[in-house]
Amino acid sequence: MIEAAVSMSALGLGLGLLLGVAARRFHVETPPVVDAIDAILPGTNCGACGYPGCHGLAEAMAEGSAPVTACTPGGRDVALQLATIVDTGSDGAVAGMAETEPTVAFIFEDHCTGCMKCFKRCPTDAIIGANRQIHSVVVDACIGCDACIEVCPTEAIVKRVKPKSIKNWYWDKPQPAFGSGNGGYAA
Amino acid sequence: MGDFFFILLSTALVNNVVLVKFLGLCPFMGVSRKTDAAIGMGLATTFVLTLAAGASWMIEVLILQPLDLGFLRILSLILVIAAIVQFIETVLRKVSLGLHKALGIYLPLITTNCAVLGVALLNIQERHALAESLLYGFGSAAGFTLVLVIFAGMRERLAQLAVPGPFAGVPIAFVSAGLLSMAFMGFAGLAPN
Repeated sequence: MIEAAVSMSALGLGLGLLLGVAARRFHVETPPVVDAIDAILPGTNCGACGYPGCHGLAEAMAEGSAPVTACTPGGRDVALQLATIVDTGSDGAVAGMAETEPTVAFIFEDHCTGCMKCFKRCPTDAIIGANRQIHSVVVDACIGCDACIEVCPTEAIVKRVKPKSIKNWYWDKPQPAFGSGNGGYAA
Repeated sequence: MGDFFFILLSTALVNNVVLVKFLGLCPFMGVSRKTDAAIGMGLATTFVLTLAAGASWMIEVLILQPLDLGFLRILSLILVIAAIVQFIETVLRKVSLGLHKALGIYLPLITTNCAVLGVALLNIQERHALAESLLYGFGSAAGFTLVLVIFAGMRERLAQLAVPGPFAGVPIAFVSAGLLSMAFMGFAGLAPN
């Protein structure tokens, strides 16, 4: 009993030390810009950009082979933050991007067959439900990556604008009033 | 010398780890879509399996047998295999970036590969010495690589054929895996177990 505990502890400790020392000894410096991009990206590894995880996208972005707008769930906010640290090449990359609001998936319950396909695909576990039971989306956890929309066999999932809550509500942008001669401003 | 040759022949062809012992089926189906990926996975597995066979022999002889701790065998072997794979991955990234890019994404997959643990356990069951263990591991991995590459070639062909609807995709892959397995049964009797 004691032998077992001691020998396994020693084995675990030894291997842990070995890995710890190896991680220090063989540490590879990643370019700081990759780490910076990694910190901005959502980090959920949803794969919507087509790269293997957020780190893959960060590396591709650092070497310039991916645009700053590649992250779908991140949308415009993330693209703008990325544009401050990545050389975008052409200035219009972010400006041309539609100013989308954060979106979340929505499941039409009368089309849902409870097949569990979206449930398995969701990178953030935002879809709840069980086999042959109607699924639903946890809005707070959904990042709007579209992964579930692609796999749904009955096309029961659509993307909708994230419902406003006190936390994410903001004033609409002021629109210039059309029709009045001086653009709506008092003379 | 003849013994060693027979171990290689037996593990690689006659008692093939995938087609006869049915170990490591997940990478066999999962990483056989493209020949390139199959070669990468095969090389990484060869590397890890040989080392894991040696390491598990040491654990068995140096720790488990003297202390009579056979009931902790699976636990300690998994621990050691996972640590070795992680260690190799760390070192490889520093020493050879090219090799890391080629094998890197397959290495973490191998940690949970049942073929690696299975070969280590079989080694212990058959009471192999160190050299035999290493050879047994290497032979099994060579057989695994061979089968994986053959099967990837078959699946690349299959992808271009007009397969009847119900069989398209994974089902026809399983059917062809069965046929390949039957072909490998033809090696039975080539070498003593």
